[in-house]
Parts: sequence; structure tokens; C-alpha cells
Amino acid sequence: MDTTRDVAIVAFAQSDHRRSTAEVSEAEMLLPVLRDALDQAGLAPGEADFTCSGSSDYLAGRPFSFTMALDSVGAWPPIAESHVETDGAWALHEAWVKILTGDADTALVYAHGKSSAGEVRDVLSRQLDPYYAAPLWPDAVALAALQAQALIDAGETDEHALAAIADRNRTAAGGNPHAQLRAPVPAGDYVVRPLRTGDCPPVGDGAAAVVLAAGDTARRMCRRPAWIRGIDHRVEPHALGVRDLTDSPSTRLAAEHAGAFDAPLDLAEIHAPFTSQEVILRKVLRLGDDVPVCPSGGALAANPVMATGLIRLGEAAARIHRGEAHRALAHATSGPCLQHNLVAVLEGDRP
Amino acid sequence: MPEPLSAPMVVAFPFTRSLGPVQSAFLTGLRERTVLGVRTHDDRVLVPPVEYDPRTAEEIRDLVEVDPTGTVTTWAWNPAPRRGQPLTHPFAWALVRLDGADTALLHALDAPGPDAVRTGLRVRVRWAERREGAITDIACFEPYEHPTAVRPARPHDGVFPDPVTGIIAPARLDYTYSPGRAQTRHLRALAAHRVLGERCPSCHKVCVPPRGACPTCGVATTEPAEVGPRGTVTTFCVVNIKAKNTGHAEGTAVDVPYVYAHIALDGADLALHGRIAGIPYDQVRMGLRVEPVWTDGGRYPDHYRPTGEPDADYDTYKGLL
Repeated sequence: MDTTRDVAIVAFAQSDHRRSTAEVSEAEMLLPVLRDALDQAGLAPGEADFTCSGSSDYLAGRPFSFTMALDSVGAWPPIAESHVETDGAWALHEAWVKILTGDADTALVYAHGKSSAGEVRDVLSRQLDPYYAAPLWPDAVALAALQAQALIDAGETDEHALAAIADRNRTAAGGNPHAQLRAPVPAGDYVVRPLRTGDCPPVGDGAAAVVLAAGDTARRMCRRPAWIRGIDHRVEPHALGVRDLTDSPSTRLAAEHAGAFDAPLDLAEIHAPFTSQEVILRKVLRLGDDVPVCPSGGALAANPVMATGLIRLGEAAARIHRGEAHRALAHATSGPCLQHNLVAVLEGDRP
Repeated sequence: MPEPLSAPMVVAFPFTRSLGPVQSAFLTGLRERTVLGVRTHDDRVLVPPVEYDPRTAEEIRDLVEVDPTGTVTTWAWNPAPRRGQPLTHPFAWALVRLDGADTALLHALDAPGPDAVRTGLRVRVRWAERREGAITDIACFEPYEHPTAVRPARPHDGVFPDPVTGIIAPARLDYTYSPGRAQTRHLRALAAHRVLGERCPSCHKVCVPPRGACPTCGVATTEPAEVGPRGTVTTFCVVNIKAKNTGHAEGTAVDVPYVYAHIALDGADLALHGRIAGIPYDQVRMGLRVEPVWTDGGRYPDHYRPTGEPDADYDTYKGLL
């Protein structure tokens, strides 16, 4: 594998994230997003050397649902295509590897989630260990709340600090026309104590797409490519009772391997659907107050499950494309209580 | 744009799962009111037990018994229990480190209110009255503020009469299915006994049923194109497996054998699927001309039947096989 190959995010597009998109199918939701990303890169449908997507059948309630969404990519003549049953950030990782091997110079990566079709709190409980945890139906908020209480007990945060995180993210989302919540929301009642409505992400539908390209192809497609300087992902045991829920060693390790600590960062897009998770991620990623975190509003402002992590990579890349940042960190998570974490470091060329 | 269609959809499975030796001993133990853990090579006790050390991936089989009393390591108050959760009244989720264990077990904690729960609270197992060898044999935990001598984990052979070797874990999720713009238009047209496809603006082919995108060009399709209702059987198979809910509006099963076919409706560039009836199954052939049949009040064709026209020339449908 030619690991010296330079690979960049050259285009990023996303839908407007909304509580419900009952009027469109997955393919119909994806089409304008794919069109936007491909147009930015100057690619026709089906022209990318590799296509990789992230989504989950459990959100749609249908097997092989990604094959229906494939209608939107232009699969004739036959294309090289793959799918990950998790957040699209991991689809991006697969596409990055594919380009490193030299098998592809360009890749289209997309992800979508329509949480509105089901009850996402319950749906996510089906990803738990099926012997000891899943039969109890602990929902996604309950598990995050156990982690939040552990943080509070450890003296690392309190409910006021969590509310401030919620406010900061949703205030930032005021500048993001795609976000679902674009202004602070009331802290609200406890959903599962200690997490209140305001500490939880909105439930909604949305899609995102990025184009990756190598070397000179990337330079041709984008005035200022967001080069992937490092990317790594690590997973922790599925059993919550084995883990220290106040820590995220997998994120720390992925960040080290991605080179996140080698030089100062201009911004970080982290994937923290719950306010309490931002506390942990800031700690392990060593993000001080000098580094802007989630200027997009993050997952607390829009959480199209399965696309939220890919959007973090896209948002960080877009800031580099626009010349607003030189070096940015992007983080994606999957599984309960930050079980599986991906960290990427993106850089623009020095002017 | 008319109001998009939507319909309730339930996905339910009785997942049948086999257990390895450690999980089998643990779940059988719960049935017998005995809580087992497993000891790692570096002398930690994992409860609930797993078969491989989460740190080293070494196989671990050294079973130990721990006490049904323990300490809350973190908790979360659940004011509105959801379907399937262990208790139907408000309760706390808790991670509980049982006495003798080094890791914590997730379960429900029955307490009068959040003020009665704290990290460090002493609790004990409340056993379910009917136990079958499942995590739900622990009905929940309950506060147990009695001073007890904490005993270390002690060896256990994990052997019980009539061991549980598998579990059936029922799962049910409820959805509202929304087919989107293109399929809504198609389904509404079908209810009016018309078949509506969509023409691709790029390759000009007509797709039916339409999905809002040309599956070969990857571009949006919005131009409706009425096709059929007559069409040609391009290929088919004879089905000999009787399935529940096959087709019929009354919900009765279709008799076997029956023919399932690809049908190229006139004017369409994609063949759709349908059942062929009104002709003996062994007389269905490629090129047979057919038309859809709606039963009384049916919102979609129940089946296709022969039109009586001469068979279509192979050349007219060979591109749609």
C-alpha cells in the first residue's frame, strides 16, 4: 500500500436536516445532496472510481435498504461500490484505504438516516450485546445518562455546565442553514436523569456526501483541498460495565495515531450527540478553550443518525476549503457511550 | 404534490441465539439464583462473564460465584419506562458491581424515586418469580442497606442440571413507512387502475415502479409516463413453496404451484414482478401477453392474466430480460 499517497476531501454537501422527511424516499433525499457534491468536484454520476456509503437497516426497518438508495448514484455501467452498516465516517475511512491502495483516484462517500420512520431511542438498543443488555431494552438516552452521571460523580461536570454546552452548540448552529435546531432550546425536563431534553440531540432525517481524491486529481477538483493527514479508529469492549465511562481511551488512541497532538489545531468538529460526551471528548482530545469546537452546531443541532459523523468530517473540510482553517480535527463515534471512535486530521496547503 | 402516503409497519423477530459455555453457565445460574462470573488470567472477575478477556483476548473459562448483593457504580433515573424495559413504573438504570466482581452489570433498580438512589448505594438482586435462563431472571435490583460481610468470588464448576444452551430474544420495532414522492404517485395511480412510471431525462427510459431516480444514470426523475396496462412475460419461475400472505387481498394464501414472472409493460423500459393466473402454470411462457387484474376494491393488481393476443416476438422484449 502506498501510504505516502496524498488524499483529500475535495467536496462536501449535506441536506437540510429536519424532524421528518416523509415526502421523500431515501433515494429522493440523497439525490440533490449527491448532485451537489459531485458538481463541486466536477464529476458525473457513476464517474467516481469508488463509491462507499454508510446507513443502517434498523433505521429504515428494511433489509438491504442501502440497495434502494443506490438508485441515486448511477450504477451503470457497473461501479465499484461498498457499504458500511454504520456512520458514513467509516465509509470515508474505507474509501481512503481504497485510494491509498492505488485502486482508485476518486471516491464518492455518502450517508443518510431517516430516524423519523421509527423510534430511534429503541432502534439503537438493538445494536447492544444481545444476551445481557438488549433484552432489557435500555434506550440510547438511558445509556448516555449513565455516562453523564458517572461524569458528574467524578466531579468533571454538572448540570449547569452541560446546559452551557447545549447553548453554545445551538447558538453556533445559528450560522448553519442546514441545522435542525438553530437557536438555544430550553433545558427542559429530564428525559433520563441527569440528561434533560436540551442535553439530547434532535431526532431527524438527513443525508451528506463527500468526494475524496488523490494528489493532482484533488488539486484539479478543488482550489484548496482538505488533505487527510491522518485517520484512525479504535473500538472498546461492548460491555459498559467493563469500561470507565468517564474516559474514552479509544478516542485518545485514534487521535494519537491520526497525529492530532503533533501540531496546534484551528478547530475541531466532534461527534457528541449528548452534552456530557463533549466533556469527555474535549478532555481526551486535549481541546482547550482556544480551539473552536463544532462551529457548525454539531450533533446537538442536527443528528441524522449514520450521517452525523461524516458531516463532522465534511464540516471540518469545508472550513479548510473556504480558507477559514488550516488544520482541523474531525471525530465520529458509533455505539453506546462513545464505544467506537474515529479521528481524522485535515490540513489545507499553506498559502 | 398530493399528501405523501404512509403506513404503519412492524418488524418483529424471535431471535434465536446459541450460548457458549460461559454464557450458558451464567444464564443457567440465574435460573438457579446463582450469579456466576469469570476470572481473567490477571485475576479480575468479570460479571457478567464473557468468553474472551476484553483486554487480552485470551480465552477465559474459570467460573466463579459472586454474591447477589452489590454497589451502584453509576445510575440514571428513568421517569418514563419504554416498552420492553424491566419495570413498568419509573425506575433507575444502574450499573451494579456485585460483591466479588470487578466489573459492573447493567440492569434496572427499583427505588421509590431519584432521591433514594445514589452512586455507592448498596443493592441486591430481586429474582423474577418465573426464571428460564435469561438476563431477565433478574427482575431488577432493589436497595439493600444492610451491612454485609463482602465475600470474595469463589470457584464454581458452572455445572447445573438441564443447562440452558440458547435464548430466544424477541424484538419488535414499530415504524411508519413513507414511500416518498415517486412511489406515492405510482401507488395512487395503481389504486385508480393506471400504471405510472417515470421517464429519465438523461437516457429517456421509463422506469416502473418509479423511485424518483434513474437507477442507471443516477439522476432525478420527475416526468410521469403512463405504461401498460398490457405487457409481455419476459421470464418467469414456478413457485412450489406455499407462503403466508402471498398476494391475495383477502389475505388467503395462493395455491401452489403458481407462476411469478417478470413483466415488461408496454412502454416501460424495466420489467416489474407479478403473479400470473388465469392459465395453467405449465402453459406460461416467455412472450406471453398479459394484463393486470384488480380484484374488487383492490388498490393494486392482484395478478396478471393472459390477454389472448398472439405472443410477442422475442426481439421486442429481449432487451428487458
